[in-house]
Amino acid sequence: MSSTLVTNLAILVLAGFVGFAVISKVPNTLHTPLMSGTNAIHGIVVLAGLIVLGLSGDGVLNKALLVVAIIFGTINVVGGFLVTDRMLGMFKSKPEPKEKPPEDSQSGKS
Amino acid sequence: MTVLATSFFQDENFIKVCYIVAFGLFIYGLMGLTGPRTAVRGNKIAAVGMALAVIVTLLTPGIGNWGLIALGVVIGTVVGVPAARNVKMTAVPQMVALFNGVGGGAVALIAWVEFRESGGFDGFALYIVIASMFAAVIGSISFWGSNIAFGKLQELLPSKPISLGPLQQLINLLLLLIAVGLSVLICAGGSSELLIIGVLVSAGLLGIFVVLPIGGADMPVVISLLNALTGLSAAATGIALDNTALIVAGMIVGASGTILTRQMAEAMNRTIPSIVAGGFGGEVAAVAGATGADGGTVRSTTAADAAIQMAYARLVVVVPGYGMAVAQAQHAVRELSQMLEAKGVEVKFAIHPVAGRMPGHMNVLLAEADVPYEQLKEMDDINGEFSRTQVSLVIGANDVTNPDARKKTDSPIFGMPILNVDESESVIVLKRSMASGFAGIENPLFTNPKTAMLFGDAKASVGAITEELKAL
Repeated sequence: MSSTLVTNLAILVLAGFVGFAVISKVPNTLHTPLMSGTNAIHGIVVLAGLIVLGLSGDGVLNKALLVVAIIFGTINVVGGFLVTDRMLGMFKSKPEPKEKPPEDSQSGKS
Repeated sequence: MTVLATSFFQDENFIKVCYIVAFGLFIYGLMGLTGPRTAVRGNKIAAVGMALAVIVTLLTPGIGNWGLIALGVVIGTVVGVPAARNVKMTAVPQMVALFNGVGGGAVALIAWVEFRESGGFDGFALYIVIASMFAAVIGSISFWGSNIAFGKLQELLPSKPISLGPLQQLINLLLLLIAVGLSVLICAGGSSELLIIGVLVSAGLLGIFVVLPIGGADMPVVISLLNALTGLSAAATGIALDNTALIVAGMIVGASGTILTRQMAEAMNRTIPSIVAGGFGGEVAAVAGATGADGGTVRSTTAADAAIQMAYARLVVVVPGYGMAVAQAQHAVRELSQMLEAKGVEVKFAIHPVAGRMPGHMNVLLAEADVPYEQLKEMDDINGEFSRTQVSLVIGANDVTNPDARKKTDSPIFGMPILNVDESESVIVLKRSMASGFAGIENPLFTNPKTAMLFGDAKASVGAITEELKAL
């Protein structure tokens, strides 16, 4: 095993735990924007398209495939962040969410 | 720019440091996204991180093909920006599915090109080949699966489960074995291009066949799962290309998507494997047939009666569902609720965690229509209040109100937490027809003597009730 792989695996595992730690306490309301936001972040694959096309990209078919990959990645990033922003904009300037204790809840359980 | 400065910016370590800053911004941005006040800023911070990552990547020494890179970025922007700007809030779930799908497609295409350029990964370390093949398989599943999810939510495809019957599981297993088997051949040194095409096609078919039999109600869970998978495939691409930004960002999405998927599945009292197996579709028909025999009459009402009933109530609880989203009725609903409040009626909104097609879907729509945040009640807070509610107004929600989930042990949704609308004094259900919900099962709420049905488009019905209220 190369040391690059070992380092990268360490990064991979730690990033996984960071993902768990950051995400696990999100109010229900923000689940859709959160899904959309994380969706935009995996648009990071556009970097891979840029690197592969920029550094090699021999042959017409390869170039064409990579251009499509960059188009896809860009749509993922740009669209993802914008649509998340639009969704979140709707929560802006709203009164602060208040946690009110439920009134008279003794009879409702079944 | 001087030679010195150029070489500084193009230093490999400079780029790597910028990547570290970029994923630091992703993590910080995501932390912001977990709170209502910091969310907008969090999303922007993450976007800044992404812009930084893209810019420094372009500084990589020796990068060429600028024209083609620009072409790709420009087309992607021209397509992505209007799509995101103009999409209706009701169509957001399928938009997320589509954005997710193209991300997976990019991953699969890159793996394919890597294979082609290196003559079948000739001379590559085994782990790079494994990571690339993982990316190819998952990316292809995600791309085709997301497109099917999009088609179903956009109603280009029927939202009912489409199944190949009992052979379904066997075919899926076979496709998975083919994809993995061909990948193993490539790892073992196979260099025929047919191998990777076979991998992409079989994984793509698997994605299609896995999502096709899944009913509309389970769709949010599937999109979330595909989102997590695309993240993992991006991380695998990062391992293959030795790119930390991809590894960290992809893995964070993989981890967060997995949590979100589990939370959604739990809210529906389902497990992820049972959703992916598409078992719901099969059971549904049988159960629907069985309960249909129970009969029971459905009482229908008019907008005028509904208006009178609500005008003299003390507490009205509105239960919105996907029907409200489809009919774009959220503004009409807000008007109705304001009209009721003007008449001294207390109005609350009961939000089931999986109402609509994504968690928080109803909150987004009602927030868009300026319904105050305080009026939106989560399931656990509102369920205790139905017993003192005079009228529950169910707008295009079905399965989340089905009392069978509490009482009927053989119901496919037994055990799913529901809104106990049947405990209120009376229930008015706005519905287009007597067709069953996405789960495709009967809802005894509709034949309950307390319940009156108001058939028609939700927006039109709500509007009609508001007009009647004005006239009172």
